[in-house]
Amino acid sequence: MSAITPSIAPLEKLRSLRSLTGPRRILLHTLLIGVALVMLYPLLWMLSSSLKPDTEIFTHPGLIPNRLHPQNYSEGWSGSGNSFSLYITNSLIVTIGAVIGNVVSCSLAAYAFARFEFRGKKIWFGLMLGTIMLPVQAVLIPQYTIFYNLTWINTFLPLIVPKFLATDAFFIFLMVQFIRSIPRELDQAAMMDGANPLQIYWKIILPLMKPALITTTIFTFVWTYDDFLHQLVYLQQNARFTVPLGLTLFLDKTSGSSYGAMFAMSTLALAPTLICFLVFQKRLVEGLATTGMKG
Amino acid sequence: MTTAKTDEAAAGEAPAPPAGPRERARQRRRAARRRGGGWWPYVFLAPWFVGLFGLTVYPMLDSLYLSFTDFDLLTPAKWIGAQNYTHMFSNDPVFWDSVHATLLYVLVSVPLKLALALGVAILLNRPLKGIGVYRAAFYLPSLLGGAVAIAIVWRQVFGGDGLFNDFLGWFGIKGQDWISSPDTSVYTLILLAVWQFGTPMVIFLAGLKQLPEDVYEAAAIDGAGTLTRFFRITLPLLTPIVFFNLILQIVDGFKTFTPAYVVSNGTGGPLNSTMLYSLYLYKKGFTDLQMGYASALAWVLFLVIAGFTAVNFVAGRYWVHYDD
Repeated sequence: MSAITPSIAPLEKLRSLRSLTGPRRILLHTLLIGVALVMLYPLLWMLSSSLKPDTEIFTHPGLIPNRLHPQNYSEGWSGSGNSFSLYITNSLIVTIGAVIGNVVSCSLAAYAFARFEFRGKKIWFGLMLGTIMLPVQAVLIPQYTIFYNLTWINTFLPLIVPKFLATDAFFIFLMVQFIRSIPRELDQAAMMDGANPLQIYWKIILPLMKPALITTTIFTFVWTYDDFLHQLVYLQQNARFTVPLGLTLFLDKTSGSSYGAMFAMSTLALAPTLICFLVFQKRLVEGLATTGMKG
Repeated sequence: MTTAKTDEAAAGEAPAPPAGPRERARQRRRAARRRGGGWWPYVFLAPWFVGLFGLTVYPMLDSLYLSFTDFDLLTPAKWIGAQNYTHMFSNDPVFWDSVHATLLYVLVSVPLKLALALGVAILLNRPLKGIGVYRAAFYLPSLLGGAVAIAIVWRQVFGGDGLFNDFLGWFGIKGQDWISSPDTSVYTLILLAVWQFGTPMVIFLAGLKQLPEDVYEAAAIDGAGTLTRFFRITLPLLTPIVFFNLILQIVDGFKTFTPAYVVSNGTGGPLNSTMLYSLYLYKKGFTDLQMGYASALAWVLFLVIAGFTAVNFVAGRYWVHYDD
């Protein structure tokens, strides 16, 4: 008895430390709330500035506006060159096209990698993983010349078509991992019933991999929507501009008189991502934590 | 007798008994092919193959070729040998400015970001009420990170009369225009990168959840304190994840474009202090239409990233601890 007692004390200490009681818990919460506030403060500041009159933005630093100035939103909306509704429409065309492309092409490739044996599969798979690491800048210029020769510059095609060719290999990898967790017996049973691989893919695999498809959809949406570099390179006429390009027009203005409108449009530009985040928060965070980990 | 035709006919039925080793190998291959579904995998991979060769392999080779040419997109590329490379290394001060800015950016922001991510992940790895809310709050900036809107806000936050100087004002510190001072401008980009520690944090958190509880209990019995437990157990067991995050963040760091472009309004200024490599490549290729030179820049970037990754993998053998 006495031989065990001294060794139990530190163990209990460890347990109590893990479950955190009293002042330690309060301390931890205070610390975390502090960090969270610092993290979110720039966003809150943007939101609050979007509702202040220009004269107040830099002279009255508090988060709560003295008086609300929602006109920033209407001014910004009609503001720079074209109306923002055009930029939003353009962004929607690009992002929806990209989402469909990624979901279709990446799931097809993932099914092949997860379910078939074929010559050189390991090498192809390795190449696919390698392309995840490849920086876009390394292929940007030749890709531009290809699209230039196809006379696709100033169209949405260079932003959408590559997604139909499964160039976002990250999602292939994610889906391969997911398909591997689906029992093979399901495919085999379907094969016994005379289904061909295309039917198995369509009727069995796709419906079962909905979670992976949703993760792909959300991330493709957000990343394409925010993908400033490609939009900047390929879209040169104002009428084709997307939301990020429309926003930069505010920067070109030398007069500092439209800060309120700029913050208003910045807030609006973030809205789709924010909504995505609020709706899918759990899935986003957990999907991210589990995907990179295996393999 | 052993023509291809009879072979195939025989393979359909039971295999012929007196099969030589070559014949048996052929049968094995054929069986494997049947398991593999013949040409089916290629049907599913067709789009990916087109993308791989058309948009990755060919462009890589093309950009290698273009890097030895003078090419302005409109007239045919003219072969000039290694001139782009020699010019870059011996005669282009802006190139070195961009290398300097980029290395500073990557080497400062990545360790800070990972340290913060790990620290916060450890704080969050406790049974705590509202943990989901904290995780969300810490991850949100990472999701928004690449957006132009965020870069615009950053520009204002660190401007002369921006939020950051108000904050310093509380402590009686007189601020300055952090964006337009060449000594500090790149640090505003670094802060922006560090602010986005959410992605590695979430990955660390997933790793922490998998650490074996009994090891900690054993250590506690041996009287190991908090710091000892962290450095002797948590950190060694977590090294594969540290490694994964490190590689990911370094590659990401080298690719950074949007904040550098927006914060400096496309100039990379002041005095090229925010001329991150990707921004310089963009300017050379698409503003100056020196696409041959930009291709050479792209290949150097590619080799540098590959080099960093390779060095990490070699060095990783000495500090990354794998269970199996």
